[in-house]
Amino acid sequence: MANTGWDEFEIGAMLRTFEGSVDNIAGTLQEDRNYTQNSSFSANVSDWRIIKPVFNKDYCIDCQFCWIYCPDISIIARDKKMVGVDMDHCKGCGICVEVCPTNPKSLLMFDEHIDEEVALAGWPTKEGKK
Amino acid sequence: MSEMKNIKNLKEFSTSADRFEGANLLCPGCAHSIIVREVLNATNDDLVLSASTGCLEVCTAVYPYTSWDASWIHIGFENGSTAVAGAEAMYKALKTKGRLKQPDRNPKFVSFAGDGASYDIGFQWISGCMERGHNIMHVVLDNEVYANTGGQRSSSTPIGSSTTTAPSGRKSYGEKKNKKDMVSIMASHHIPYSAQVAPNKWKDMVKKIQYGFSVDGPVFINAVSPCTTEWKFDPKDTMLLTDLATDSLVFPLYEIIDGHELNITYRPKNVVPVEEYLAAQGRFKHLFKDEYKYLITEWQERVDAKWAMLQRREEARV
Repeated sequence: MANTGWDEFEIGAMLRTFEGSVDNIAGTLQEDRNYTQNSSFSANVSDWRIIKPVFNKDYCIDCQFCWIYCPDISIIARDKKMVGVDMDHCKGCGICVEVCPTNPKSLLMFDEHIDEEVALAGWPTKEGKK
Repeated sequence: MSEMKNIKNLKEFSTSADRFEGANLLCPGCAHSIIVREVLNATNDDLVLSASTGCLEVCTAVYPYTSWDASWIHIGFENGSTAVAGAEAMYKALKTKGRLKQPDRNPKFVSFAGDGASYDIGFQWISGCMERGHNIMHVVLDNEVYANTGGQRSSSTPIGSSTTTAPSGRKSYGEKKNKKDMVSIMASHHIPYSAQVAPNKWKDMVKKIQYGFSVDGPVFINAVSPCTTEWKFDPKDTMLLTDLATDSLVFPLYEIIDGHELNITYRPKNVVPVEEYLAAQGRFKHLFKDEYKYLITEWQERVDAKWAMLQRREEARV
């Protein structure tokens, strides 16, 4: 990687476009608004992610810290409740996990390939006071 | 005057319909979009926006996509503020002539710019807007470096920071000049409101933005925006860095009303030493070598002096 110029690529390198499936667009639309095809909302940046946040509803207290501090508008909040993570626009930065105040955290980062059920099954339990 | 949006707590705030979209190409963990969202969500009114050249502009308007669900313009590096000021002047003129089709709608005029476009390149244009008294708000996303073009120094870069045009090495500790005090410069234009904000103190920020929208005249907002790429920290630590910046008083949060009435809006309970703020960032790594340790002491003294000055100005009301 060190010796490649701006116009050279490693053999087997993948160049991504913005195009990709935006599958849960219905879940993330604000109710009373119409989007055009040219809104970046219809694009997909999930390729950027190497780790993903997993949301555990059991521990969430709906404080909305993750909503306000998410740089990619990927936390879906409906009726003052945290509903889930928009996986088409999440870039996997991990801010939501850092700002989550619950114990144990209701959002944790996992590797992209791990299934959500597996992640939820192995959720850490409450940490004692140190 | 349109009604001000009532935001009591975060739960209420979270019902806002975002007018800034995901799949922008800002780095993971970039604070720019957090600041932009907090500004845009602070009002329900129509918005006329501009962005000067910079990370925010290139990342939110990649052909064929736009990340803005409001009228948005980009012209050049320097004249984002004047573009919005022109729109505002036109709006005012049409309103006095009674030629607006929907006179009851009350748009807000906001220009976003990075620190390069505000502190250096667009300085004269912004100064002109402030002096002419347009009813606009200029928001600086201050990441203390030209992050978009590869990390060159700007006049916002603080002493000791290693940048690509002021690198640290055997002979140099990086940037030699201190940061420009833009909030005071803008307050000296006797504008109704200028303030420094941070995205982690969202309530303080929304309050300031709403006050800025409610006053008649130019408003200047300086927002600290940690840059994961150029400040060299992990993307997940963006809010931690902002916390450190406000709690170490490197970025004190204050407002200046009518150019003289200074209010400190956030006093940290536990003031963090500046050393911790510096240690969290890769761009200050070299300062922890023995020969440059004196710079950290100087930093602390500078920050303490500035904080003392702010407190005395707040008391004196001059």
